[in-house]
Amino acid sequence: MGTILEMRNITKVFPGVKALDNVNFKVEAGEIHALVGENGAGKSTLMNVLSGIYPHGTYSGEIIYEGNVCTFRDIRDSEKVGIVIIHQELALQPYLSIGENMFLGNERQKHGFINWSRTHLEARELLKRVRLNESSQTLVKDISVGKQQLVEIAKALAKKVKLLILDEPTAALNEDDSNNLLDLILELKKDGITCILISHKLNEVMKVADTITILRDGAAIETLKVGVDAIDEDRVIKGMVGRTMVNRFPKREPKIGEVAFEVRDWNVYHPVITDRKIIKDVNIKVRRGEIVGISGLMGAGRTEFAMSIFGKAYGSRISGQIIKDGKPIEFNTVREAIDNGVSYLTEDRKSAGLILIDDIRHNITLPSLKKISKKGFIDQNKEVMVAEEYRSKLDIKSSSILQKAGNLSGGNQQKVVLSKWIFSRPDILILDEPTRGIDVGAKYEIYTIINQLADEGKSIIFISSELPEILGICDRIYVMNDGRIVGELTREEASSESIMKCIMQSNREVV
Amino acid sequence: MENIGKTIKNNIRQYAMLIALVVIMIFFQIGTGGILLYPMNVTNLVLQNSYVLILAIGMTLCILTGGNIDLSVGSVVAFIGAVSGTLMINMKMPMFPALLITLGIGLLIGLWQGFWIAYIRIPAFIVTLAGMLLFRGLTNTILQGLTLAPYPPEYQAISGGFIPDFLNFFGASFNVTTIVLGIVLSVLYVIMAIRKRKERDKYNFENTPTLFFIAQVIIIVAGIMLLSYWLAAYKGIPIIFVIIGTLVVIYTVFTQKTVPGRYIYAMGGNEKAAQLSGINTNKVLFFTYVNMSVLAAVAGISFSSRINSASPVAGQSFELDAIAACFIGGASAYGGVGTVIGAIIGALVMGVLNNGMSIMGVGIDLQMTIKGLVLLIAVAFDVISKRKSRG
Repeated sequence: MGTILEMRNITKVFPGVKALDNVNFKVEAGEIHALVGENGAGKSTLMNVLSGIYPHGTYSGEIIYEGNVCTFRDIRDSEKVGIVIIHQELALQPYLSIGENMFLGNERQKHGFINWSRTHLEARELLKRVRLNESSQTLVKDISVGKQQLVEIAKALAKKVKLLILDEPTAALNEDDSNNLLDLILELKKDGITCILISHKLNEVMKVADTITILRDGAAIETLKVGVDAIDEDRVIKGMVGRTMVNRFPKREPKIGEVAFEVRDWNVYHPVITDRKIIKDVNIKVRRGEIVGISGLMGAGRTEFAMSIFGKAYGSRISGQIIKDGKPIEFNTVREAIDNGVSYLTEDRKSAGLILIDDIRHNITLPSLKKISKKGFIDQNKEVMVAEEYRSKLDIKSSSILQKAGNLSGGNQQKVVLSKWIFSRPDILILDEPTRGIDVGAKYEIYTIINQLADEGKSIIFISSELPEILGICDRIYVMNDGRIVGELTREEASSESIMKCIMQSNREVV
Repeated sequence: MENIGKTIKNNIRQYAMLIALVVIMIFFQIGTGGILLYPMNVTNLVLQNSYVLILAIGMTLCILTGGNIDLSVGSVVAFIGAVSGTLMINMKMPMFPALLITLGIGLLIGLWQGFWIAYIRIPAFIVTLAGMLLFRGLTNTILQGLTLAPYPPEYQAISGGFIPDFLNFFGASFNVTTIVLGIVLSVLYVIMAIRKRKERDKYNFENTPTLFFIAQVIIIVAGIMLLSYWLAAYKGIPIIFVIIGTLVVIYTVFTQKTVPGRYIYAMGGNEKAAQLSGINTNKVLFFTYVNMSVLAAVAGISFSSRINSASPVAGQSFELDAIAACFIGGASAYGGVGTVIGAIIGALVMGVLNNGMSIMGVGIDLQMTIKGLVLLIAVAFDVISKRKSRG
């Protein structure tokens, strides 16, 4: 049938980060092409370039689709020629019906008036095709996530899709729904629809894919043909993680003491859907001076776990025990957690870590105003001194401590957040993706700071999706998947392969 | 030269409204043939706008928490008037217990609305819209549609009285106390400004150039002295002026120098980040609305004292005046940015516009149109200048 899509020499640069580096990617018509790689490898970025979310001109390279060079300005352009992307976070309107959602932006209309009978008639046909047994009048909020995924596919079919891109379609689905969805993709293939499947679940990839392309660090490493190349999961994992590491991490001699912090039998339920268990029987301990990593894929529950410890900032029906310095302790509010020496650095510094419209000084002192005030009045001289101290200690590059946090680069913003939590003088510091979205040089500086904190006798819990980083700086690693701890590895045992294996094994147990 | 240009650019937003106020005053001074700045008219201007000034202080805090507004304050002003009128005119209660009771009722109103807004998390807009209807209704119930008047003289003095001229030993024709107070305030200001500047030097902060600093001090001292001259040439310092001045100082210190004040800014700047820094944002929100209603009660007392009656139609659209004052004064509609002083300047801009146009005989219809445009232009200026500084 020939090549339907070819992406040539695609390079996409974000401020400070090269997300895609000269990527070549070729898809044959009528195949299911799996795209695999670690978090941050560039899979979603590549698909966003393809679908016009990053418009022509913001990247370099060529997209050739059905023999024509394409210059998509937005997602509508790409949909016009039959390329439809379904994102991991579904984009349905919960308060509209299935039928309305399916034709949103693509209404069955004449002179601006919607023809509702045609809408629901066509919707019914398409729902049959995706084997979804629901009325097109049902509101989307009333159906399960699995069914919503099918509505998304039906919506794509309504747009006369030729090339369907699915980004982690089964991440939120249970076993039955996942199998159902994979069967549907195979069926669509028979109808001649080409499919690009992004997935972390290698067993699924093995089941349906004709071709597998592996991305790593923004580059296409290799493309494997099922049935031609000898492929197994180990082979794919190696392709995903294998990379050379030279001095990306500062050296450190760990001085590990007694157990400082322990969480026992920790269970947490979803804050709104209170019968959905998010964290399941988690047990961890951290020693003084130790950096303990929590590894796992996105959605494994690491952030939820950390926030539920941090003064119950996430979740409902939280149960379990926290033991600090040998004594059981309970934090009901974030304030209590901070006052008892536990601090948490959020994974999302812009929306939850910083006040972007305020200056460096105020951001650093915010959780610890008590330390610099008397009877409720802030000692502003002391505040300035504290801010100056951290600005020079952590080398925050800025015009002065009065610079707004929003005007700093990502790395320097992160240093402000780190300063803020270091100044809160915690014994236990939980760092959630502390190097996300910052460049290599700043990463090194942040690792150095983390090492210093550990050497001072603090206990660090280090959450990261980047395997090399976890391997590079942690003394011990917990592997988390689907809300459970599925492995505990010492520095010696840990490797990309062993971590990935823990995850894949537990996936197999569940699926 | 480049340096001065940069300084002006950096400070333009801070001073833009102050400059606008001066320009508007000069315009009307000419337009009214000098009547605007007659000593009597200056005193009147302050008295006329006392209620907006008081409400704008509280409204600033509400807006700071995240662009929340309080639509009920106009009705609360009327309700408080009705209560104080009933207590003092109908029941002949002495002033001080009556004042305590009315302020207490303001507090209760705040607890009521704050509960729904902060703990049930119903949008402030809706809760206070309900409050606007609710308290207007209760006002009418209490007053049964009638106006109560007159208040005893000591109550009238709250908004109509002046500080006695106890320093006038020589029988001077102007109010000596006012002038002395003006001088004392000027000296205090100069000392504080110099101290602050030295401190900034000590920490190596960027300071405005010396020339700029001296000009700034001279302008402000001149402003204080002019105001005291105007007041002295009429009857001296109105009591309500002292009340407002005290409130401005208290709330400026509160917002700029205390921990809870900082929490209000933090909540408006990024509520999630504030929560994860250990701030109980529900409590912050609750406090700002309780505070707003108490200040609305103060405004209610001052207003009923000024018009010397408790009227069922008192306070209509006061909430809009107060909200407009805050936004003209540079508060951000998204929260986290704004100052009490800014809101005061905003309220004065509106006040001078009202007063100046009235003297010039501009019709009410045109006055509203112009005020609407001023509000829009002021906020547009703020939004656009922010966008420029970002890009």
